[in-house]
Amino acid sequence: MTDFRFSAAPLDTQALRAELADPSCGGYAAFEGWVRDHNEGQRVTRLEYEAFAALAEREGARVIAEARERFGIRRALCVHRVGALELGEIAVWVGAAAPHRDEAFQACRYIIDEVKHRLPIWKKEHYASGDSGWVNCERCAADGGHRAGAHERESAHQHGHDHGKHR
Amino acid sequence: MSAPLYGLLLAGGRSKRMQRDKAGIEYAGQPQLLRAMQLLEPLVARAFVSVRAEQLHDPQRAAYECIVDVFADNGPIGGIHAALRAHPQAAWLVLACDLPFLDAATLQQLIAARDPQRVATAFRSSHDGQPEPLCAIFEPRAAAAIDAWLATGKQCPRGMLGHADVALLTLRAPQALDNVNSTAEYAAARARLDGGGTEPVAPRRLQVQYFALLREQAGRNAETVTSSARDARELYEELRGTRGLKLRPEQLRVAVNDEFAEWTQPLAAGDTVVFLPPVAGG
Repeated sequence: MTDFRFSAAPLDTQALRAELADPSCGGYAAFEGWVRDHNEGQRVTRLEYEAFAALAEREGARVIAEARERFGIRRALCVHRVGALELGEIAVWVGAAAPHRDEAFQACRYIIDEVKHRLPIWKKEHYASGDSGWVNCERCAADGGHRAGAHERESAHQHGHDHGKHR
Repeated sequence: MSAPLYGLLLAGGRSKRMQRDKAGIEYAGQPQLLRAMQLLEPLVARAFVSVRAEQLHDPQRAAYECIVDVFADNGPIGGIHAALRAHPQAAWLVLACDLPFLDAATLQQLIAARDPQRVATAFRSSHDGQPEPLCAIFEPRAAAAIDAWLATGKQCPRGMLGHADVALLTLRAPQALDNVNSTAEYAAARARLDGGGTEPVAPRRLQVQYFALLREQAGRNAETVTSSARDARELYEELRGTRGLKLRPEQLRVAVNDEFAEWTQPLAAGDTVVFLPPVAGG
């Protein structure tokens, strides 16, 4: 199984956790990102995720390889949803297993942060008002500004380019 | 009988963002003031350089006939104003010196379309559709329009043309008037001009994929285009207007053949190019 993949279907966290089982590991940490009902003052009713899968899968595999190298974890896995999601669903799942808990926690945090900033994945929010919008895109398209913001993470992350609003 | 055409290269700027004299920065081994004058001279009866008084003795500028600003610190419109005053019988082909992608064909298009009955003849910006004042022909009657504009306390030459009777043209090469104001833009321009030379690229087929906001704006997931764009930057400029893409290139990243790429990476036949809007995973 690949260490980073997309899923069009709801995630079975027990099955994902089982993929990481390893008798040499004493610590396991997981992170779930959920679809929440509000963002920036608007009531959100549902979401859509869209991905450039070929590039995102490569970049996701690189993120996980970096986490292994940095933190010495044994196993890690990240699965991201695509398509239409309802409130409360799991949008992204990350799990890491290591001999000790510290490494598992740190790796988990590293993977979710990098995935959010580096992978070509886009989120469209649908609001209670009937409006919808691509997160991080609509505002900069409308005001024509945020020139500095568009690059604010580039020094920290070679591939980063979000606008720093939705970490 | 139309007025004789003189040329004016604007080289009196303070180059604040560039942090060095713009006239002297080089492309393909030539200072851009010299490059611009070589383009201008064959096309006009006389060619001048517009300078501030303290630049008169700069050897690069002093090699040409100079016209000194009458009012200091009025920016480019001050230079145009001084030229119209110095030779009121002439029309002026005015050029900024920081247009590294400008070519003779673009200037010839401007001259061929010149309308002496109007205040000016100018290109429509490929970025915002407004008249481009810094590669335009100003007729003698523009003097009165500029005086009136300055009298209202305004200096922006683009605003002046926006309110005047101007013949507007569409650029054949959309990036021909892209200017270079910062060190980052300079590096990108150098990469294009020094690296690939100026040999035209034969049109070839490229694949383009669109995602998220750009997919909605383009109204399609993917397409095959036949293009002579050298790199992704030129391709985006080409597609931007015709496909209604509203994001600016500095908001985007580029992928070529399913891998992140630089805007300046040369494109080859069959390449797949994706413009990536700001991401929002997680």
